[in-house]
Amino acid sequence: MDDLIADFVAECREMLEALGGEIVVWEAHPDDRARLDSIFRFVHTVKGNCGFFDFPRLEALSHAAEDALADVRAGRRQPDGALVSAVLAIIDRIGEMVAAIEAGEEMPAGDDSTLIAALEPGAEGAAPAVVTAAGEAAVKSSVAPRTIRLSVELLDRVMSTVSDMVLARNELARRLRESETDVPVDGAFERLSSIIAEMRDAITRTRMQRIENLFVGLPRMVRDLSAELGKQVLVDIEGGDVELDREMIEMIRDPLTHIIRNAVDHGIEKPAERLKAGKREIGVLHVSARQSGNQILIDIHDDGRGIDGKKLVEKAISNGVMSKDEAANLSPRDQLALIFEAGLSTAKEVTAISGRGVGMDVVRSNVERIGGIVEVDSRIGGGTRMTLRVPLTLTIIPALTVSIAGQHFAIPRSAIEEIVRVNGEGVTLERLGGAGVATIRGRRVPEVSLASILGLDSQVEEQDRRLIVLRPAGGDVYALSVDRIHDHEELVVKPAAPAVMATGLYAGTTLADDGSPILLMDPAGIADVGGVKLEVHERTARIAEGPAQAVSRTAPVLLFRGLDGGRRALRLAHVDRIEEVAASCIKPAAGHLRVQLGEAILPLAGATADQVGEAKVRLFRLNDGSAEIGYAFAEVIDFATIEHDIIHSERPGEVGGVSLINGEPAELIDAHWLFANHLGTAARTSEPLVCRIPTDDPWMQNMLRPIVEAAGYRVVGDDAQEQADLVIASQGDAVADAPHAIILRNVPEPTGKKDESIYRYDRAGLLMALKSAAGGKGK
Amino acid sequence: MNELLLVVTVAGERVALPAAAVESVVELDTLIPVPRAAPHVAGLSAMRSRVLTVIDCMRSLELGDTDCSDGIREAAVVELDGHHYALIVDLVEDVIEANSEPQPVRAAMGQGWERVSLGMVETEEGPLLLVDVAALIAGSEARAAA
Repeated sequence: MDDLIADFVAECREMLEALGGEIVVWEAHPDDRARLDSIFRFVHTVKGNCGFFDFPRLEALSHAAEDALADVRAGRRQPDGALVSAVLAIIDRIGEMVAAIEAGEEMPAGDDSTLIAALEPGAEGAAPAVVTAAGEAAVKSSVAPRTIRLSVELLDRVMSTVSDMVLARNELARRLRESETDVPVDGAFERLSSIIAEMRDAITRTRMQRIENLFVGLPRMVRDLSAELGKQVLVDIEGGDVELDREMIEMIRDPLTHIIRNAVDHGIEKPAERLKAGKREIGVLHVSARQSGNQILIDIHDDGRGIDGKKLVEKAISNGVMSKDEAANLSPRDQLALIFEAGLSTAKEVTAISGRGVGMDVVRSNVERIGGIVEVDSRIGGGTRMTLRVPLTLTIIPALTVSIAGQHFAIPRSAIEEIVRVNGEGVTLERLGGAGVATIRGRRVPEVSLASILGLDSQVEEQDRRLIVLRPAGGDVYALSVDRIHDHEELVVKPAAPAVMATGLYAGTTLADDGSPILLMDPAGIADVGGVKLEVHERTARIAEGPAQAVSRTAPVLLFRGLDGGRRALRLAHVDRIEEVAASCIKPAAGHLRVQLGEAILPLAGATADQVGEAKVRLFRLNDGSAEIGYAFAEVIDFATIEHDIIHSERPGEVGGVSLINGEPAELIDAHWLFANHLGTAARTSEPLVCRIPTDDPWMQNMLRPIVEAAGYRVVGDDAQEQADLVIASQGDAVADAPHAIILRNVPEPTGKKDESIYRYDRAGLLMALKSAAGGKGK
Repeated sequence: MNELLLVVTVAGERVALPAAAVESVVELDTLIPVPRAAPHVAGLSAMRSRVLTVIDCMRSLELGDTDCSDGIREAAVVELDGHHYALIVDLVEDVIEANSEPQPVRAAMGQGWERVSLGMVETEEGPLLLVDVAALIAGSEARAAA
């Protein structure tokens, strides 16, 4: 019997969870038969089982709901708000009872008759019970085709067994290397290794869960919330199929809930207010998730009243969070970021829904604790966008292993900005009153010795140590000196015991390949214990771009020699690929050199017409994400990184600055200038250019016109009155007056030296002529 | 149905741990120190893919240090709040049955013992002190804070 009840409870839970969203959808679309059917099926199942198990109250409830829904199904009754609320209340009560049965407790007290009465047509809407039954972590998604239920503990056990297996394999690998083995043994071992690797992958995936599990409860929550507040909110959810580590989903559940509560409570206005502001009376809340690299981005975007940055600043000043002078220096972005400071809330009245300014600071610290970031963007009257960026998984962290006095430690790579040698070029280390200050390429950075923080005896002289420049999340840059740097590794990190965490220095523990434990350092904790003081602009440093800018200093570059022999460098990120073209593909057009690469014609930089010569030309194909340009060069010298200060040029130009690369000066190409200069001419004007094509020429109308239109022209006939920017005519016809003209000829070879016409099937030549005519207008 | 007890020797004294709390008894070989942690945290060790936080019972009781330099130490593995700990003891003796509920010890014990005591239990081998594993792991607050 117990087994049967357990099955019943599990089935109910599963259906309840899937149902949360369905009911709200049904309310919005009462004609949606599929939703109605699935809700009906649920109460029907509950009713059927209750009779069998002897749960009279459950039976009465489900029976009543079934009756009401049957009426709707039969068309005897129209679903309305009151009915939906009543059905919701009953489903909630069923959820509570099921939870009680599962826990083996007494049924929750309460009279069900009011709930049942509320189902009657014309009944005054009973207050919906605000208890959500769904939300337990279950390993089930509502649309998965074939699933079985597994306990999470079992999965964890399998996972840890697989980890053991990997360790055992590593051990075996070492033993095999040490001893003489036969080829067949090695072969068998290789096979075993690959199977284990595959298995680990598969098991890791079982820990991944669709974020839908987190989203499924949202429509219901927003519905209850908005009903309570007298608002109308439509939830739009996207990206539920993004997968995330199971633990991570649990970690972001609270922050996400809080942000959504805030959005409904403080963001979205009451219907009347919205109408006054010229908006639709129904507010829209977009929640979307997507994966970007090894991060998951969750956007929560409402179209409510927005956050007033100025008010936040006033509040911050009056609360003593910052001085007036500090406040004056804040960018609009920084002003909004104040919402994450403790004790700030611009909501006029404190509501039961989302407290009083305690909250967003907690949201941020919770998200940062799992290595994530919260960003806010808002427009007064236009709405607010909150973005949560969280790592894909909690458990596998790329890390750098270092050692002090022979003991290994790991440092999360996300916090590492760069690594330098104490006596490396451009690096000095000085002592000021016992404290270390490192000067790295002119930047002064506080130095913390890991050896002294940990109280270990380092045998390595200070001058021989390595400095790791760290920027912890929410903190400021400092340099950590360590004895030696070992390896980059992907580490499976586990939480450490409280006694270890109490030191404030460690973020967790992990196992090395040989099975010995390694401590993972917490960069923010080291800074704390090491007494690193934050700089004044700490707040700015917290914003996501901070590290990005700093990282770009050490960006890898491609060192090359230009056509004029100059030693130049180009950031590797801009270079798409290297191409080799015949010199004949390069032609001047519209004041710029252009190169034809297959079907595309790109502006060409780095060369002048007389440098191109006769032979082949090599060029970089540069890409800014949307547009491409070519850059001609003579030879590639090397890949390098910029490690020295850049002396910026005084005037903007192709060369943005000079720096020492591999010991010799090199000119740094300013890619932005290149794109700005070369694409500016090609950029389409907002007003489409007009091209006149003879109306009575079927070849031109049928064959040529699509190409011309594709090039961004608006095509008119020769009887149109307006002024054309470009006229296309056949050789020998009269050419109307226009800034540009293209003459087409019917034979491939030009008829004479002065003949500037283009052969009608010279597609590339035609495209280039079209482009150059457009370029002429752009100037 | 009497409670089973694991009899171990700590600081030369025979005491009892609730056997239900003990997952296994292991011999520790590697010990990775945790710098700056409370003194009774002897370090970390690994049991298969699990990280064990090793607790030096002598230091937790403020009765001196266990000498870990000679390598292999016997330890009882317990789980507390999802973390695994290895309690270093001098010797693991036996599992015996408790013949009574823990009774308060009315004599004055050492300060360290007082803190970890759950009371005295009667066994076939005479009265034994029942030790609170959680208190042993927590160590002495005053020293942990230092």
